[in-house]
Amino acid sequence: MAKVLVVTSGKGGVGKTTTTAAIGAALAQAGQKVVVVDFDVGLRNLDLVMGAERRVVFDLINVVQGIAKLPQALIRDKRLDNLWLLPASQTRDKDALTEDGVARIIGELRTGFDWVLCDSPAGIERGATLAMRYADEAVIVTNPEVSSVRDSDRIIGMLDSKTARAEKGERVEKHVLITRYDPARAARGDMLGIEDVLEILATPLLGIIPESQEVLRASNIGCPVTLNSPASAPSRAYVDATRRLLGEDVTMSVPAERQGLMNRLLGRRAA
Amino acid sequence: MSILRFFGSNRRASAPVARERLQILLAHERGLRGHPDLLMQLREEILAVVSRHVTLDPDKVIVRMERGDNVSLLEVDIELPNGIENRLAAIA
Repeated sequence: MAKVLVVTSGKGGVGKTTTTAAIGAALAQAGQKVVVVDFDVGLRNLDLVMGAERRVVFDLINVVQGIAKLPQALIRDKRLDNLWLLPASQTRDKDALTEDGVARIIGELRTGFDWVLCDSPAGIERGATLAMRYADEAVIVTNPEVSSVRDSDRIIGMLDSKTARAEKGERVEKHVLITRYDPARAARGDMLGIEDVLEILATPLLGIIPESQEVLRASNIGCPVTLNSPASAPSRAYVDATRRLLGEDVTMSVPAERQGLMNRLLGRRAA
Repeated sequence: MSILRFFGSNRRASAPVARERLQILLAHERGLRGHPDLLMQLREEILAVVSRHVTLDPDKVIVRMERGDNVSLLEVDIELPNGIENRLAAIA
């Protein structure tokens, strides 16, 4: 049974695309057949983070409009055989995305994949509502920061009222993923703690991704962080989160960067 | 680090402030959800009632909301044209 999962947040720049790529790749590595779908029409970026920007021929809007068939628009990942990308359009009007068109495409993807990951655009407009419309589950990406938490709360309200499941009286299974977490700042009392965020949002925690240079390095290269540096702290946190999505019971922790011997001897802080 | 901490020791941790502000704000926003246009609607209805008795400029009706921990203040500011006092006196 295929699962449709939306990666959403309300606020921009909190790590939706990074998370979609990282969890998508981790699910594929766990043997699942995965497609990541970019819903950010006009400002597509998932292709870039996945390193597939030069292979885009057709996009989501082409398929919605019937210009291309779905298999023509799907791009297979070069590193993982069972990971695919459906890119967003870069140029077309975002109104070209219709509810019926999205329903049809999600329905088709459900028959061919184990997981359909929808990378939502920021905001609460059409693109964001359509990205969550047919979701079974949602990952709400949140930074431990007031504006991000406020927007997440708003998005949680929309997941509970504006999705196809909500309208049928069913629930979208929601998970909060805290990204860019800095344990040192939280310990000093200058960053909202995990408990603060969870208490305010009243939504279960999927994982805690520590702030790390590895995330930027991975996007520079065009490779999901879980593939680019599997041993790094954010990768391990993403893999743990992915295992929880797959139903495993994984103890919650904030992975720390492993320091090299020289750095440890010199007492340097890990990157 | 310890020196920095020593000098910074009287600086209050900011996270508890963030937490408190969010809790107050979200309690309010969740209540308003589904009625995002409450203020607009109030403004329209107040305008309609006052207009029944007085000719006024819709741009001179200002509705403001100030949220507090326990109570909120709804402020309605209506500017009336001159000469209105006589008409009000006539009604009374």
